[in-house]
Amino acid sequence: MTRPRISDLTVGEVVAERTVTLHRDTLVRYAGASGDFNPIHYRDDVAASAGLPGVLAHGMLTMGLAVQPVVDWLDGDSGRVVDYQTRFTRPVVVDPAEGAEVTIVAKVGVLEERFARIDLTVSFGGQTVLGKAQVRVDLE
Amino acid sequence: MAVNPEIQGRRLPPVGPYLVGREKVREFARAVLAQSPLNLDAESARAAGYADVVAPPTFPVVVQEATLAQLLAEPDTGIDFTRVVHGDQRFTFVRPVVAGDELMAELTVTSVKSLGGHSMVTASTEVVDLDGELVLTAISTLVVRGDEEASA
Repeated sequence: MTRPRISDLTVGEVVAERTVTLHRDTLVRYAGASGDFNPIHYRDDVAASAGLPGVLAHGMLTMGLAVQPVVDWLDGDSGRVVDYQTRFTRPVVVDPAEGAEVTIVAKVGVLEERFARIDLTVSFGGQTVLGKAQVRVDLE
Repeated sequence: MAVNPEIQGRRLPPVGPYLVGREKVREFARAVLAQSPLNLDAESARAAGYADVVAPPTFPVVVQEATLAQLLAEPDTGIDFTRVVHGDQRFTFVRPVVAGDELMAELTVTSVKSLGGHSMVTASTEVVDLDGELVLTAISTLVVRGDEEASA
């Protein structure tokens, strides 16, 4: 696999797609790696008492995994990501048995000289969970 | 308690240095389901021109987090931690973070706004290397949910 060239891209083109299933152990692993031990991400009783529909994935976990299909499209060179932003618009509720299926679609949003803005659509249960999820990549 | 609007513009003392460890980068990479050998294998990263494994794009949240904790520990912010929701997040890179980097992080409160009973606090953390060169900026907006009466 080789790195994409800016001259080969067109706005609106889908460059990567992936579906991942998050399980409770995915959340526990992220809690340990990130240091975010808020119990709403692993304890049903705490999530319920906070008025939440269930244990939620960390927003930063969703943000972190949503960029991975783009990194792989960049031939694995995550250092080409020069800007990455998102809003957290809806929670990802992770069922203890079934987990949560999250779908990522990455499209070319803007082409500007050596940079491409890749727009992510990240969905769970048919609704988007991230807003304005944009990854600016350097393709020089 | 409402968020104190006077914290806008406040710059906190720098936190660090944070030494980016190779195994920490690998652990974080696995946790965000990264598959790239550049995030996981030092030899592959060196072959691609990096000094060591490359941290995934959202890894700097680990460094930024210390500055957000520092903000929440300030006595006069009026931010009730139990009502904080992460509203948005942005990382803007001058260069990628790699294992072996030693980083200092310095937070500035760039904005405090009220919206429909909620408060939005935006904090920008500049992450620099030990030479003082900017590596990245991490920006978070924290939404502090208002009282039930205020938001009703």
